[in-house]
Order: sequence, then structure tokens, then C-alpha cells
Amino acid sequence: MTEPASTAPIAESPVIVPALRRKPRGLLRRLLTNPLSAAGAVLVCIAVIVAVLAPQIAPSDPIAMAPQSRLAPPSAAHWFGTDDGGRDILSRIIFGTRYSLLAALGILAMASVLGTVVGLIAGSFGGWVDEILMRLTDMFLAFPALVLAMGMAATLGPSLLNAIVATALVWWPWYARLVRGQTLLLKHEAFVEASRIAGASALRIAIHHILRNCLTPLIVQMSLDVGYAILTLSSLSFIGLGAQPPTPEWGSMVSIGRDYFLDQWWMVTFPGLAIFASVMAFNLLGDGLQEALSPRLRR
Amino acid sequence: MIRFILRRLLLMVVVLLGIGVMTFTLTHVVPGNPARLLAGQHATESEVQAVARLYGLDQPVTTQFGIYMIGLLHGDLGMSLTNRRPVMDDLAQFLPASIELTLAAILLVLVIGLPVGLMAGVRRGKPSDHALRFLSVGGVSMPIFWLGIILQILFYKNLQLLPIGGRLGIVDIEPPQITGFYLIDTLLDGDLETFGSALVHLILPAATLAAGSLAVVSRMMRASVIEVLDADYVRTARAKGLAPALVLRRHVFRNALIPTTTVVGLQIGALLAGNVLTEVVFNWPGIGLYAVNAIKNLDYPAIMGVTLVISVIYVFVNLAVDIAYVMLDPRISLSGAAAR
Repeated sequence: MTEPASTAPIAESPVIVPALRRKPRGLLRRLLTNPLSAAGAVLVCIAVIVAVLAPQIAPSDPIAMAPQSRLAPPSAAHWFGTDDGGRDILSRIIFGTRYSLLAALGILAMASVLGTVVGLIAGSFGGWVDEILMRLTDMFLAFPALVLAMGMAATLGPSLLNAIVATALVWWPWYARLVRGQTLLLKHEAFVEASRIAGASALRIAIHHILRNCLTPLIVQMSLDVGYAILTLSSLSFIGLGAQPPTPEWGSMVSIGRDYFLDQWWMVTFPGLAIFASVMAFNLLGDGLQEALSPRLRR
Repeated sequence: MIRFILRRLLLMVVVLLGIGVMTFTLTHVVPGNPARLLAGQHATESEVQAVARLYGLDQPVTTQFGIYMIGLLHGDLGMSLTNRRPVMDDLAQFLPASIELTLAAILLVLVIGLPVGLMAGVRRGKPSDHALRFLSVGGVSMPIFWLGIILQILFYKNLQLLPIGGRLGIVDIEPPQITGFYLIDTLLDGDLETFGSALVHLILPAATLAAGSLAVVSRMMRASVIEVLDADYVRTARAKGLAPALVLRRHVFRNALIPTTTVVGLQIGALLAGNVLTEVVFNWPGIGLYAVNAIKNLDYPAIMGVTLVISVIYVFVNLAVDIAYVMLDPRISLSGAAAR
């Protein structure tokens, strides 16, 4: 997919497994000694805390209209100003954190489960099953991700849930390829052969031996993709296919703010900054994680 | 070489067929009643039935698929529901604007991204290298629709240097349609004033579109420069006393370009998708803006037309990149490249 910058996750990286298994503590130290990755980790923690505590820390209701304070510039009362409905933009951004994080998790959960099932079946069975499933993934990968997500979301109808489903439907092939690759590697490992000789069923081997050993690279890949998930979703909302107003979703807030941006600059600036900061946080963390895990990049 | 290209073309036919299956599924199978979808929300029951007959939607799904694919092969993407024109005609009208914007963005990516990546690779671990890492992560994290708006606030409202959007100013006269690229058409027309206006209008959208890809390409260039700097032939070149600048230009830059080419090619997909967002922000009359207007009007044939056309361009660009890759690096065996 974009395509990092592509809004696309990165393909398989088999080096991850041994590195992670070997030294989890060294990994954390390596990650946190890099100032940029550490900054990413801190920002991600802040975003999670803000999302969890949103009702407690938001100064006012994110949805209720307050026409008397319409389009007010940033001030002591409204740090980030108010929007066309007089709603406090800071409060909307705080609540928006929930939508962005939950939606990103939803996309990754759906895409990874679907991709894992397909990849596991393709890798385990091989032969024509593998051939058919992999050509199917190729077909999905032939589309630029955002464009296909756009087409799907439009067919399903504009809503946040449909945007999540559409994005997940576009992203699963990346996970399928990752899991299939891992399955092919693991299939011939001694412990899998031993289990097979001991009489374990194919299903048992797939779940107990192969899937378990796929989890680490899967989780690492997902951590790399959180930022792109947030970005894709806010892009869909911006063009009117994701969250619908008055939902305090960042992309949709920028979209509304666009009608006012020349005079009420705060309406687009702050929600956009929120998207930028959170995506950057996840990307710095993911980038650091990948660099810490891959010996080739660590120079 | 010809065998390689033929094999890739054959593979591409399969992929194109797949794209057709996908858009068919999205328009004919997923919606409960595609005829109602095509007829529009406010159509009467008899109109819906008429549409069903017209598009063969009352036939079995396999027959419908046949009709759909034959239509596609003839360049028939259906009728737009908003203006009742063939979607293909609309796309032909709007596509040149998108291509002009994409090419301008690619030019920016190459002219800035390659030298910056080279510098960062050569100065690995120095502050300028760290700065690039920060900027490149920033570049891919940037919501481009937001970047565009911020640039508009900065360069249009505050500095009053550049226009807010569109391809030309209101007083400019549209050049005669020859290639559809305003920069070329104005020059062919000998109208330098309009050429200048078109160029100025292109700056902000192209910069916005380029930002994300710039980050990816400069980062890739940095990585491959680091790889090449370790190579034996670079050591040899230095040992035999070649001037450092010459080593960089002749040995490092050229070899580092090879892996970067693939990434540049892949970025074209990202740029095509990014077009949708950039065109909305800058009111750029390309297929992206057309698609978003179609989304607002639930104009499904138009939406699918854009999806299809962008994907087909993407597939062709990927093919071209693969061929360029093989031509650039004679070490890659053609069969190996085909098996990739």
C-alpha cells in the first residue's frame, strides 16, 4: 500500500524473529536510547492516556452546540478556539484521539486476522490452494491502497465503521504475505517435523507451532502500521467517506475547517496537528523498533 | 529481454482481469440492488427496471460479468449518474491535469530527494543525517490534505506569493487543448504569460503531493548509498586516487540509483492516490477531484471508473519500473527478475 507514504505497510522481514527471541531487554534499551524512538514512545503513551481519560480531561462537551461562542479564536477559555458550532476544538481533539486509536486498532485487528488465516492456509497447504490464495492477494495488491479503500468505502456507504472495514479489506494481503512467508520458513523446522512425526494433526501444527511463532513478526508489523492506519482513516474522513459530522474525528474536523480556513485558521490547524503528531509518534516508535530488530539497518 | 517483457505482459493480463473482477464485484454484487444504485436514490421503480434492462442487470451474474468485461475492453466505463456523460469521456478530459500534477511532483522528488539522500548517506551519523531521518519520518506522517491547507494559509494568505488553487487564474485564457498539459499547450500556443501562470499555479499542489514521496525516496537513497560506499569497487576507485567528487558521481551515485528506481516507481502509486487528496485541497480539476465529487453524489460508475483507471496506470507503471530495473542493472538475470 502508499504504499508507506505510501499508506502501505512494509513487506515481510524474517530477520525479526531471532532478534526478538534473543534479547527482549536489550531491545528495549536500544529502542529507548535512540532519542527519536524514545520521543515516539512517550508521545504514544500520552495519546493512549488522553484517549482513556478523555471525559475527565476534556474541558467541555465535544458535540453539544454553543452558538454564542461560535468561531472564537484561541483564548484562555478555549485554548484551540471553537468551531462553527461553537464547540471547543481542544475537547473535540481529545475525544478524537479515541476514534483514531480505536479505529486504527480495528483496522489492524481485522486485517491481521483475515491475513493470518489466509497466509496460514496458503503456507500450510501449498499446491493449488496456495496458488489461488496468493494470486488473490496479488490482485488486491495491484490497486493503490487508498484508491481501493475509497472505492470500497463508497460502495459500503459513508460511515466510520465502513471506512474501517474497507481499509481492513484492502490491507489484509500484506499480512497474508507476511504469515505465508513465515509459515513456509517454519514448516521445515525441526520442531515442526518432530511434532508431525509424533502424529500431531495439521490443524494442531498450524495453530500450536506455526501461528505462535508468527506472532512476534506480526505484532512488529502491526506496530509499524498503526500510523498509516490513522492516516488512511483520516484521509477517508477528509473526503467524506469516514466519520460523519458532528463526530469529533480529526480528518472530518479538518474537512469542515476547510470552509473557514482563511480566517479561522485554528479550525484546520489543530486537528491536523493532532493527526500529524500521533502518526509521527507511531512511526518514530515503529521505525525505531524495526531498526533495533534488524541488524542490517542498525549501523 | 523480449521474452521477459512478454511474460510480464501475460501476467499483467491476469492482474487486469482481477481488477475487472474486483470492480465488477463492487458495483454488481456487493450492493443489494445495483440497478437502484445506478438509477439513483430518487428514481422510480419503473426507471430502476429500465436501468436493469439497459445494463443487463436482470441477467444471471455470469452473463452480467461477460457484458461488463466486454464493455471494459471497449473502454466503456458506464454513464456518470451526475452529468449523464460516458465516464470514459469525463476521465479523458480530467486525466491530463492529474498527470501533469503527478509528473511535476515526481520531478520535485527526484531533483530534491536524490541529492539529499546522497548527502545523508555520505555523512552518515552526522547531525545532517539525523535531521534527514526526522524530516523523512515527518514527511510520511504528514496528512497531505492538511499540509496543502497549511501551505495555502502561508503562501496565499500570509505571504501573498502564490495562488490558492486551480490550474489558472480567473483572468487567464485557457490554452487550446492539444496535449491537455497546460505547461506544454501554452508553450505550443506561444503564450508565455499563461505559461507563467500555469507554472505558478502548479507549485503548491506539486510540493504538497511530493512531500511524502520525497521522504521515502531520500531515505531509500541514503540506505543504498551506505550500501554502495562499503562496496569493493568504491574502495578500489578511491585507492587508485580518483577525486572524491568523481567517485561519488561515477561510482556511488550511479549504483545507488538502481534500488532507488524501484522505490521511485512504487511511489507513483502513492502519488496517484495522493492526487485525490491534493486535488480536493487545491481545487485542481483532475480525476481525483472528479472522484471526490462523484463520492459526494454517490455516482458509482464514476467512482469505479477512477478506481479502475488509476489501478491500470499503476499496473503499467510497475511494469515499466521492472523493465527499467533490468535495463539499469545488467547483473540481474531476466529470468530471476521475472520470478520475483
